[in-house]
Amino acid sequence: MSYFEFLVAHGDLLLSGTLVTAMLAAVSIALAIVLALTAGLMRLAPAGPVRWVATVYIEFFRGTSLLVQLYWIFFVLPLFGLSLDKFTAGFIGVGMNLGAYGAELVRGAILSVPKGQWEAALAINMSPLTRMRRIILPQALVIMLPPWGNLLIELLKGTALVSLISVADLTFQAKQINATTFMSAKAFGTALIIYYVMARFIITPLMRWLERSMARKLGRA
Amino acid sequence: MADWDWDFTWEILPRLLAATVNTLLAAGIGYIIAMFLGLAFALAQRTPSNTLTMAVREAVEFIRSTPLVLQIFFVFYVGPEFGVVLSPWVAGMIAIGLHYAAYLSEVYRGGLENVPQGQWEAATSLNLSTARTYFRIIIPQALPPSIAGMGNYLVGIFKDTPVLSVIGVAELMQTANSIGSENYRYLEPYTMVGIIFLLISLPSAALLRSFDAWVRRKLGMN
Repeated sequence: MSYFEFLVAHGDLLLSGTLVTAMLAAVSIALAIVLALTAGLMRLAPAGPVRWVATVYIEFFRGTSLLVQLYWIFFVLPLFGLSLDKFTAGFIGVGMNLGAYGAELVRGAILSVPKGQWEAALAINMSPLTRMRRIILPQALVIMLPPWGNLLIELLKGTALVSLISVADLTFQAKQINATTFMSAKAFGTALIIYYVMARFIITPLMRWLERSMARKLGRA
Repeated sequence: MADWDWDFTWEILPRLLAATVNTLLAAGIGYIIAMFLGLAFALAQRTPSNTLTMAVREAVEFIRSTPLVLQIFFVFYVGPEFGVVLSPWVAGMIAIGLHYAAYLSEVYRGGLENVPQGQWEAATSLNLSTARTYFRIIIPQALPPSIAGMGNYLVGIFKDTPVLSVIGVAELMQTANSIGSENYRYLEPYTMVGIIFLLISLPSAALLRSFDAWVRRKLGMN
């Protein structure tokens, strides 16, 4: 069977898997961004308990593996009466895991905004909230965008693990095709290439564009 | 509400601890492969040959942007198609070693590029051979700034070993899976796996950070 025939025969499965992966990645990215911002800001809060909650979340999710977290969410949470369908369990696991890594990026970026900016905002009597929203966060965003590009690729790769709680994503479909046809090189090779294209030709250019337009907004381009 | 069964926990603990040894072994072997292969990847990008540089660069990018679990499947299942049957351990070590070699090569590359140009020029003016320049002048200076990155990936490879369970490597996750399906109890094994990971990865990360700080202090870097 030529590669072209292989694509004709199994293209629809690979395509539907790709769509599921893309959807799961999109929802996970949204969750990760919200969690990263929240936990990152909480880590900088003056009140101790607020900081501790964020620290526990971050250290817990960075200290164990994504696969363990996914299995725990999918197989153990139902024992506590919280049953999630596999797609939801998948994006919650991926989103919470990468959100913990993102929180450290947020914290680092906020801390690396030059001290003079904080002092200037204080000098013109800005409230802490306005200072964060108008002065610090926009500059922190420009600092953290490049590492976020890497993180989003990590997230895309992380979504492959949801196939192990049988979400029908790209990896899952590749495994299915492999199991029925035994054409391992074609099945897994094609899936690898699709992931590569998504990371290299969609996520990376999009992040570059975002970096440029953010820098321009701050008058730095 | 789930009930935590302590008797069951104690009963499965020895099996989990034995599997932890396998997990550590997998991470260790994988990391050693990655360290050497990564150095080869990094040095291959510094040869005068543009084609080689570009090819290795693309390969590293490809490995870094695709999921480890798929790479493990690929190595494990594609071999037999061409008559090469690999055991789960061998396939797993090749895949995870290759994956982290790509990451480590980037760490090395950063370290190598940070060595000031003057060091190269000084080595050339002293008529040192290329090998001698690398091993006596460049690599000793490139290594200390790379320690932090290398430490992160050491903890990273440890946390990625559960993925090896997909091809049946008998590490921690795989053992927890078998315990779960034998006893129809998943609460204790999966929770214990999480706790074991936390207990190992958090102190190691802290230890590696202080090692990095110690090296920097010793070398008067800050």
